Amino acid sequence: MMQDCVEDSSQDPLSTVPIADPAPATMETKVEKKKPNENVSLADNSLLVDISDALSEKEKVKFTVHTKTTLPEFQKSEFIVVRQHEEFVWLHDRYEENEEYAGYIIPPAPPRPDFDASREKLQRLGEGEGALTREEFLKMKEELEDEYLATFKKTVAMHEVFLQRLAAHPVFRRDSHLRVFLEYEQDLCAKPRGKMDLIGGLVRSMTTTTDEIYLGATVRDVNDFFEQETSFLQEYYSHLKEAVAKVDRMTSKHKEVADAHIKLSSCITQLATREQPPMERFLTKASETFDKCRKIEGRMASDQDLKLADTLRYYMRDAHAAKAVLVRRLRCLAAYEAANRNLEKARAKNKDVHAAEQGQAEACAKFEQLSARAREELIDFRTRRVAAFRKSLIELAELEIKHARSQQELFRKSLQVLRECQ
Amino acid sequence: MSAGPDTPPFSTVDINNDSRDDEDIFASAVQEVSLDPEVNGAREGLEKVSIDDTPASISTSLNSPVMEEIATERSNNIIITVTEPQKIGEGMSSYVAYRVFTKTNMPIFSKHEFAVLRRFSDFLGLHEKLTEKYLRSGRIIPPAPEKSIVGTTKLKMTSTPSTENVNGSVSSAGVQSQFVERRRAALERFLNRVAQHPVLSIDPDFREFLESGMDLPKATSTSALSGAGMLRLFNKVGETVNKITYRMDEADPWFEERAVRVETLEACLRRLGGACEALAGERRELAVRTHDAARAHASLSGADPHAPLSRALSHVADLHEKIENLRLEQSNTDFFILSEHIKDYLGLIGSIKDVFHERVKVFQNWQHAQMQLTKRRENKAKAELSNRPDKAEQAANEIIEWETKVERNQQEFDSISRVIKKEIERWEEIRVDELRATLLHYLEEHMKHQAQAIRYWDAFLPEARAIK
Repeated sequence: MMQDCVEDSSQDPLSTVPIADPAPATMETKVEKKKPNENVSLADNSLLVDISDALSEKEKVKFTVHTKTTLPEFQKSEFIVVRQHEEFVWLHDRYEENEEYAGYIIPPAPPRPDFDASREKLQRLGEGEGALTREEFLKMKEELEDEYLATFKKTVAMHEVFLQRLAAHPVFRRDSHLRVFLEYEQDLCAKPRGKMDLIGGLVRSMTTTTDEIYLGATVRDVNDFFEQETSFLQEYYSHLKEAVAKVDRMTSKHKEVADAHIKLSSCITQLATREQPPMERFLTKASETFDKCRKIEGRMASDQDLKLADTLRYYMRDAHAAKAVLVRRLRCLAAYEAANRNLEKARAKNKDVHAAEQGQAEACAKFEQLSARAREELIDFRTRRVAAFRKSLIELAELEIKHARSQQELFRKSLQVLRECQ
Repeated sequence: MSAGPDTPPFSTVDINNDSRDDEDIFASAVQEVSLDPEVNGAREGLEKVSIDDTPASISTSLNSPVMEEIATERSNNIIITVTEPQKIGEGMSSYVAYRVFTKTNMPIFSKHEFAVLRRFSDFLGLHEKLTEKYLRSGRIIPPAPEKSIVGTTKLKMTSTPSTENVNGSVSSAGVQSQFVERRRAALERFLNRVAQHPVLSIDPDFREFLESGMDLPKATSTSALSGAGMLRLFNKVGETVNKITYRMDEADPWFEERAVRVETLEACLRRLGGACEALAGERRELAVRTHDAARAHASLSGADPHAPLSRALSHVADLHEKIENLRLEQSNTDFFILSEHIKDYLGLIGSIKDVFHERVKVFQNWQHAQMQLTKRRENKAKAELSNRPDKAEQAANEIIEWETKVERNQQEFDSISRVIKKEIERWEEIRVDELRATLLHYLEEHMKHQAQAIRYWDAFLPEARAIK
């Protein structure tokens, strides 16, 4: 059974996490040890994986992968290794190219850590420092640092979820590459970069050719179910992609609305300093209100991002992985049909018939096995999707209500205090 | 101020006469208020000053200090609303007419409730008249709403104004109706400010504007595109140059200090206005993007075969459309409540600067007269020395003439200085009160918006829970 792979609400990016050194270039972040994801449906804890620490320096992020296991295949029962993003991709590709897993939906590789946007914003802030008051500058800087931290935590979570999904899967967890990834203390990327890219490229080019086969409809599908699934996934994937893009734009603008409060509250403070005491107090309090309002709006935006956008994004990638299964199945079908033709030819020439028969039987078995597995996986995908959306939408609604209530309360209290300010 | 056939009523009454009691048409108002001991005792020294009798004017200008001292203690009981903008006519000759509805129990009005139709140029005409009559005496004239050639032309050329699109998204029609609403609100604030001013509120032109059922003579000099308008623009430029080149020898530190304070306040308000408009703009953009997200969810809902999830996604789409409208409303709150208030005050500061400048001009006059007097005195001395009795006598006459002028100009200067001080004090109080009221209103509206947001999400939650 695949575990539910949606972020749980304990991964609130805005919960305070101590930052050792605020300079963004070398940001050390301690990610607290969490309990294993509560959705792991395996009865035993024979293989538990988590990312206990992560370090961001310049262009790379280094993840500390911590494993606790009772399985005999491993040399020790508890150990850590340090891995970089490329090694996660390497691991994913090993699963993708393994024919034994052809019928399975391979958990999508985590996205590359991308702090470019945050870094750019911070840089622009530094450049535009002259135009802002000290207070405004500090607040903006604080906001951007929070954003950076949130992005960082998210990327850690994505990498972790990827590994946990593999570790919880009854078939995937036994893979030797996973063991190597978890145990092997040397750099997996000891191979020169070029070679890595080549291997990666091979996997990619295979998918493209099979896509062509699939799109070219040179192979006809024998089964209604798969026919439907194909068109469904195709359409669904593109809608998900669109939805992700639009929600991202919305949440980033929401963040900008929150930030716009900084200038507003700073201008009101300036106004306050030119006034007599009762009015001065009034304006100062009003300015504080807008500042608090900004924080709540910011949380609204990031929760929308976390619950809505990230869910959509995860399922978009999962849908892509599901499509990959269908493509592999078609390739297998093509091989099966080739084996059939081969057998006919052999029978006609009455040469190597036995070998051809065996080949055909194997291809048939392989195809049927793959189809059966794929069918299960696709049905499971639907169930998982529905459950995940349900969970996320409920959590989203609850969070938004909570935030709207705090805003309302903030305004109510402020109005009360302001009215008393004589 | 004209004294022709359509002279405002009561203009023949000479209120510049010192023995006011018999001819004081506002006797009732004075008596009613003067019974208040607080008022009578509180004001320090109702100065006994002889009323300025500048001929050119303004026979209806009420510079009576007593009157005004008393009137400032009470706010006038009058509320004006400007409603129902309707487009009259078509094409370039069309215009928008506003219904001006007044509710009052001020004695100078003949009725308690009455309404008239006025067009934008009528408002500008009123502002013009008030400025001509009272700026010279040091009154702060509430600024008239801006002319906007672009907005006006657009309005003239569209077929019917002011209906928002069905889905509420900002479109050209939406922007149009925003323009009309802004103008309407600005006109309303202008009239109410005039109505609360102790002196301006009882001006006959103002009264006529509110009461007279007849169309007012078209104020062509206020047309944005007329020749007269261009001429006024040039005159204003000339004035600005004057402001820069003439350095007044300021004897009263109060004015210098105030001028600086007003400048810094203006800078602060400009920045605040910018921040507020930025916020409003971001929210408007957020509304647009929320709309896009709603559409995307609707498409997603259509593609999902699982019925409960499809329904939920469709509810997400609906929810976001509602939120889109909410964001627009929030943006409007930012804009109409806070940003417009700030613009008003920037305009008022402009009026204050105008009045300061008037004082400088009056000072200039005085100095000029002083110089002329000195010259005449020199002339007389010279004539006496060179034994020219005819020239000496002429000079003596001129001396008397200029002495009178000097005295009069000095009085005018003292008067305007005094009036400005009072106006500014009054303005400072009002400014603080209005800022307070605006911010409170602003927060109240935003609080309501949050309540609305809660309602929307609350309605959505059971839908999410219903997914099987």
